[in-house]
Amino acid sequence: MSQINRINSGGGLIDRSKTLSFTFDGRTYQGHPGDTLASALLANGVRLMGRSFKYHRPRGPLSAGSEEPNALVELRAGARREPNTRATTAELFDGLQADSQNRWPSLRFDALAINDRLSNFLTAGFYYKTFMWPRAFWEKVYEPTIRHAAGLGRLSMQDDPDAYDKGFLHCDLLIVGAGPAGLAAALTAGRAGAQVILADEDFRLGGRLNAETFTLDDGPASDWVAATLAELAAMPNLRLMARTTVVGAFDHGVYGAVERVADHLPEPEVDKPRQILWRVYARRALLCAGATERPIAFANNDRPGILQAGALRAYANRWGAAVARRVAVFTNNDDGHRTARDLLTLGLDVAAVIDTRPDAPPGAPQAIGYEVLPGAQVIDTAGRLGLSDVTVRTADGGMRTISCGALGVSGGWNPAVHMTCHQGARPRWEESIAAFVPGADLPPGLSVAGAASGTFSTAGALREGAAGAVAALADLGIDCQPAALPRAEDAPVTITAFWHVNGKGRAWLDQQNDVTVKDVKLAHQEGFRSVEHLKRYTTLGMATDQGKTANMGALAIMAELTGKPIPEVGTTMFRPPYTPVSLGTLAGRSRDEDFRPRRLTPSHRWAEEQGAVFVEVGNWMRAQYFPRPGETHWRQTVDREVRATRSAVGVCDVTTLGKIDVQGTDAATFLNRIYCNAFAKLAVGKVRYGLMLREDGIAKDDGTAARLAEDHFVVTTTTANAVTVFRHMEFCRQCLWPDLDVQLISTTEAWAQYSVAGPRARALLGRIVDPATDLSNEAFPFMACAEVTVCGGLRARLFRISFSGELAYEIAVPTRYGDALMRALMTAGEDFGVTAYGTEALGVLRIEKGHPAGNELNGQTTARMLGMGSMVSAKKDSIGTVLSRREDLDGPEPLRLVGLRPVNAADPLVAGAHLMAQGAPLAAGNSQGWVTSAAFSPHVGSAIALGFLALGDSRKGEIIRAVNPLGGTDVAVEVVSPHFVDPEGEKLRA
Amino acid sequence: MIIPHPLLGPRDAQEFVYLGDACLIDRPDGMAEDSADAFHDYVYMRDNPAGEHRELWYHEQGDRSWLVVTRDTVTHRILRAELASDIARQRGRGR
Repeated sequence: MSQINRINSGGGLIDRSKTLSFTFDGRTYQGHPGDTLASALLANGVRLMGRSFKYHRPRGPLSAGSEEPNALVELRAGARREPNTRATTAELFDGLQADSQNRWPSLRFDALAINDRLSNFLTAGFYYKTFMWPRAFWEKVYEPTIRHAAGLGRLSMQDDPDAYDKGFLHCDLLIVGAGPAGLAAALTAGRAGAQVILADEDFRLGGRLNAETFTLDDGPASDWVAATLAELAAMPNLRLMARTTVVGAFDHGVYGAVERVADHLPEPEVDKPRQILWRVYARRALLCAGATERPIAFANNDRPGILQAGALRAYANRWGAAVARRVAVFTNNDDGHRTARDLLTLGLDVAAVIDTRPDAPPGAPQAIGYEVLPGAQVIDTAGRLGLSDVTVRTADGGMRTISCGALGVSGGWNPAVHMTCHQGARPRWEESIAAFVPGADLPPGLSVAGAASGTFSTAGALREGAAGAVAALADLGIDCQPAALPRAEDAPVTITAFWHVNGKGRAWLDQQNDVTVKDVKLAHQEGFRSVEHLKRYTTLGMATDQGKTANMGALAIMAELTGKPIPEVGTTMFRPPYTPVSLGTLAGRSRDEDFRPRRLTPSHRWAEEQGAVFVEVGNWMRAQYFPRPGETHWRQTVDREVRATRSAVGVCDVTTLGKIDVQGTDAATFLNRIYCNAFAKLAVGKVRYGLMLREDGIAKDDGTAARLAEDHFVVTTTTANAVTVFRHMEFCRQCLWPDLDVQLISTTEAWAQYSVAGPRARALLGRIVDPATDLSNEAFPFMACAEVTVCGGLRARLFRISFSGELAYEIAVPTRYGDALMRALMTAGEDFGVTAYGTEALGVLRIEKGHPAGNELNGQTTARMLGMGSMVSAKKDSIGTVLSRREDLDGPEPLRLVGLRPVNAADPLVAGAHLMAQGAPLAAGNSQGWVTSAAFSPHVGSAIALGFLALGDSRKGEIIRAVNPLGGTDVAVEVVSPHFVDPEGEKLRA
Repeated sequence: MIIPHPLLGPRDAQEFVYLGDACLIDRPDGMAEDSADAFHDYVYMRDNPAGEHRELWYHEQGDRSWLVVTRDTVTHRILRAELASDIARQRGRGR
């Protein structure tokens, strides 16, 4: 099909020498480079591009820009299909595929258009009223049905194949918008040598100059734009960013910008991202974002072919696309007449200009080429899938039907104040243009120029842009002169507001969310009169366009109804982003395995070679267990690892524990204050278990501190709390006791550390540790520590500590030797049957021994609950001790750590189960505690568990129940000591 | 947000971790008679000003300095950033 509505007289900013093919709803069309999807479809005579959200009304584009409410399509196919793409900004490329959305079975015949007939039942807030009963129906029937009927495009439901980047830019001046104001500012600031970024959402810089037939000096505006852009492009200190939307103004001069690197291509170039989210640090910013034309509401003003008057002439001037061959204009200001003149010049038939002003500029058709109807209003329209006629009430009350395929509507222009309000400022009402303009308290460093500030003439925009740049640079101490500017039209613009035509039919305000004048009246009638209530009751302005063409009209109508002036009704908040940003762009590279950094221990590769199964622990990957051939269930593996450790020797990688080096003459004093138990007198060469409290008395973390020298300790933390404990210790050091002589550094990544546990642990280490160190129980007893050498001179640290309850050591070597040490241990211990064990066996071993870990130290636990109440020293002031002594901290029936064993050895136990007395009804109020950790114990021969039980320390031997309503289990358990293995500690002292 | 670090100059707030009111510097004496009451107030009582607020930020992705940042909670304007250890000493803290 040929481009029947392409204006063939030439012109436009499209490359007619090249033809692009694209499809819409499966049908093939042609367009040219420089087209948007909307301009190309219009050139092909296609006005109908979508169906509305609620009533399924046929819709075409209202605008020629990013404010578009109607012409939303699914762009591309397969995994790259993107719903709700504005056809008015989608750049045409060869092979582009677009499909209409929210229609069934087809765009021209949509069965759900029945909703339009039911509109009396579907007014604002209908779902609050109509579907209230029966209650259960809401979730199961009403909501799914409504969601199916209402809607926008479909997601592809496939992984996004494209990459998205994040980037950082710094500049003296960020200029938002490359229209006349932005270009004049860029010339001024660029020539002054400042670092400048000029960003515009359009793929062609020039802003409104691209859509108008203005002359600048004596030539067409496009000549001046081209020369200006050429000069700017040659400036090394200026970055031109087309296809880049500045989406938000954030604190302290930080701006967010989305650059669409590849949306104009079938797919991104190899190794290039699709979009980049820029964080722009701008010392100053100048908002030159222009203005958005606002429609007038009248009955059936939403038919395809009814556009903003400015959009109608933009399609003709910039893209050579006529929406129809015979057009009319409905306006309340002079700008509508500009549309009529431009279209007439391009050879279109202008049926009439319907001007609401009784004193509209007169003109006989013979003289100016079109008829002006002053004091007239469009009161209705006709045309099933597109406009065919408008009905006009003339000044004398007569009716006229005017046949036309397009109607340009102008109700004035709203300055794009959005970004000025992103930090809480409110816009100011300017009566002379009947619009909100930027108010006081703009984001610091931001100023506004051109139409965005309410200055609508071209000369005014140029002047303000240049002056804005001069002022911004002067702020930074850079002197410069405004660039010499071309002569331009400088007609004064005044607007007398005209918001809507009174009448019976439905007059649309928010075309995307299907909000009409009637809905606003209903909101008023039902008391939803504040602008925030109006918005939420009617959904006005809550669609993807955020009501850019709708909100002003609705506010004005609410003002009429309440009898208040518009500024008193106010506006809703403008929040970032200015236009929608896809989630992929916000995520950037932080997806899949790059979602966050992955930390590997030095012997990770060795563990991989052993076929280890890994588990994420924070950012770390830890070996969970090491399956061997023939083992078909993880439990077999874990049981073997536990048994081998208890009967011979096991090795576990504990590198991930936090390690903090504490040095200084006051190191002991410092530790004495951050641990609740005593540390001041710990001897050199000894390790002590330490419990850290929060200042509110709750346990924060536990670990060990080893005194390697008078002024040197090594502190370990749990893996999970390594970062927060270090942060806390730095807080104590800097903020509480700044003059203590103590220094901290995290050495978690500097040392690889391995637990060697089991009856043969000493024998194994004897083969690794150099002979100079006496490992005998007398020379190196339980809780000893020393700096030693291993493997013939390599420095290492040895700690005789035990998490498993066995004779055990932890040995640390510099990180780069971790892999070698692991291999050396496994080789040296081969004849002992040395076994590597993972975190799963580690967990079983510590539950058997009754050591608390993360499940017990969950941020709700007191020292008394852990059975460590007596550890809290009363003789000193350490973090958390004062409030840990509060009488009521544990409640009237204090929880205590207990061991649990099923009465029937075959019964399983799960963490999270509630503990209840036998015979108690199954109710939350009867819960007496919960299971914190559970495992199968090869040593006991059944499941075992740790848990917190009310008054648990006096209930040993009692039979209670572990109830898991989620899993449907209710198991009789015996309360026992939490130390299932070696309760007297003989093994670990052997 | 950008925090003007007293040693390192302007740094993005993403490099910092926020703790809370700078009054946490004024930790009471845990051995004093009225320590239970004093710690109750220290741990649980906070002003919530609309306006100037002194707060603790930790330069975790940087030099590990704790800073006292004076910030307007209404506008997010930052009036000052000082080393917390200096402030602690000014407020009589030492060893």
